[in-house]
Amino acid sequence: MSTTIDNDTDITSLPDRIRGFPFPFSGDTYRYSANVQPANNATATAVGSWGAGVIDIDEFYLGEIADRDRILKRDPSRIQVLPHMRPAVWDTVATLLPTMAEENPEIMSFQREGNNCRWQNKLQDLDIEFTVGVDDSLPMGPLRFLGTQIQDDIVLLDVRDNTMWLDAGLVSFAADWSFGFDVGMSFQEIHHPVPRVKEERIISRAEQFLLRLQPGEQFRRTNWTMTIGRRLDTSTETYPEWGPDRATIANDPDMPDKLHLRVEVQHLIRLPHTGVLLFLIRSYLLPLRDIAQVPAWRERFGKVLAELPDDMAEYKGIIRYRQAASNWLLSGQ
Amino acid sequence: MTVTALPISPHPAVDGGLRLEVTNVKPQTDSIVSITLTDPSGKNLPSYVPGSHLVVQYGEEGVNAYSLTGSGNAPSEYTISVLRVEEGTGGSMAMHRLMVGDRVFVSRPRSAFAPASTATHHLLVAAGIGITPILSHARAAADRGTTSSLIYVYRPGAGAHVEEARQLLGPALTECRNRETFQQVLNEQLTTQGVGTHLYVCGPIAFMDSVLDLARDLGWGSARLHSEAFGAAELDDGEPFMVNLVRSGLRLEVPAGTSLLDTLEKAGKSIPNMCRKGICGECILPVLKGTPQHRDLYLTDQEKAENTTMMCCVSRSEDPELELDL
Repeated sequence: MSTTIDNDTDITSLPDRIRGFPFPFSGDTYRYSANVQPANNATATAVGSWGAGVIDIDEFYLGEIADRDRILKRDPSRIQVLPHMRPAVWDTVATLLPTMAEENPEIMSFQREGNNCRWQNKLQDLDIEFTVGVDDSLPMGPLRFLGTQIQDDIVLLDVRDNTMWLDAGLVSFAADWSFGFDVGMSFQEIHHPVPRVKEERIISRAEQFLLRLQPGEQFRRTNWTMTIGRRLDTSTETYPEWGPDRATIANDPDMPDKLHLRVEVQHLIRLPHTGVLLFLIRSYLLPLRDIAQVPAWRERFGKVLAELPDDMAEYKGIIRYRQAASNWLLSGQ
Repeated sequence: MTVTALPISPHPAVDGGLRLEVTNVKPQTDSIVSITLTDPSGKNLPSYVPGSHLVVQYGEEGVNAYSLTGSGNAPSEYTISVLRVEEGTGGSMAMHRLMVGDRVFVSRPRSAFAPASTATHHLLVAAGIGITPILSHARAAADRGTTSSLIYVYRPGAGAHVEEARQLLGPALTECRNRETFQQVLNEQLTTQGVGTHLYVCGPIAFMDSVLDLARDLGWGSARLHSEAFGAAELDDGEPFMVNLVRSGLRLEVPAGTSLLDTLEKAGKSIPNMCRKGICGECILPVLKGTPQHRDLYLTDQEKAENTTMMCCVSRSEDPELELDL
């Protein structure tokens, strides 16, 4: 059963997963756009806010990190670092750990003297010393280690020859794409399959924007799709495990609990020392049942799904059930 | 206090930057001085990409860009070296008057001369004061375990950072004190490098051009050639202009270095905006009269040619005045 939000008292009774959810729609229709904005700004939603900092740690922290660990053990191709990207990996570690300590001083701390660092994380009962630039000073190497500290997937784009190249990353929670397939590709090649964006020049504009970012600058954008089940790994590699659900969910009586709006908060950070572009992808899942607890979201998402052009619905992989989802949301059950 | 001490307010080019204290002033030659800056609170300074520069404010009005000489890895201080230019705009003279304890406004480090991550060897070429970003590259290459070699041209007695270069590079440093030797050394180096070598040059413009021309003549592709171009990656301040807001009956001046969007916001106008970088398209404004100077990435070439809209976060005016439907 859903509850209706009539006043502020009800809002405060909503769980954190709803109050902190980055609801992405600002209108009743959705089209691709270069929707970038400066990072580190809390954005208000109908019932809360998101995006005050760069690294968000929520109630799913330990579970998602354990999930990632299982995925990486099963499929090591989800983490790759081309040799020239080692300095950029360390630049990422040296940028994000201090940021996390600053944003969460009660649970995390970071100290650095020269290249010697100490990192403490109370959520994991962790107190570790390491040396920037020395790969084996961190368990499993710096990128794998960072993947045990943040929920975000990590993509590193090298900037050279006036474009960007996906030359390193750790991506365990890809939404219908394959990190292993994209490694080594240029920015234009990676985005080639997305409909409409070439005609609308969105990718070339985004590329120019990213190339002009100065080291240290931090921006963000959101993207969205839908996922069946509370499942973050919907990568091309595991398609047989999750793909078939797309055909059956529309007639599943449990659709409101199984079908999730999936929102990615993507941070775009030009790393300070290497100038490499760090792309963080943090994925949030919220079932339709929870969305319906916020009447404004229920109605807006229902309208967006109904109006979304077929080519976009097809690309997002939601074309077979978006009408059912829209109907349920708009019926106000 | 000197006239070069901290001005009242930061120049737009250093706004959002740092307020640092001079902690060392060291003459390098008769006309070059090295200035070390630190955060008065003792904090580490932001890391920077090798070859970066700082914009430093002098007096109330002036700003100049100077290359940082360190590797850029988690620095506790920034060091710049400044050549005194008697007939310049006064910036270098002001820098030479700085004393320990003075405070200055500086920008965050800006990168426009970055090393290529895929290079297997860095061939560095510097003339005179052009040694400053080149020294940064040599230090960073040593840090990262990539090899580098340096050809350094300077007039006898006028070489800055020579001792540091010798210690850092050892036999990989070739010092040239005249053009003939330099041309010989350069020719030889350009014809013996492997394809993974990248070339980095900094010095007077004519010097850089001649080095790059020779490299191209010898078959070097442009992706392997890098030269210092101060501020090429950023938009310039632009000229001041007036805007006439027809519906509001307001006339405002947009100063150099301040965006139209900032000016409108300061005047109490609320303009939808998101990126403030000319890409997202949110801050589009209808233009009634005058020719905008389009500097955005959002409008198509055709839309730009029509001159009926503009993105007020980055674009300015070709004419002394623009009329806006606002």
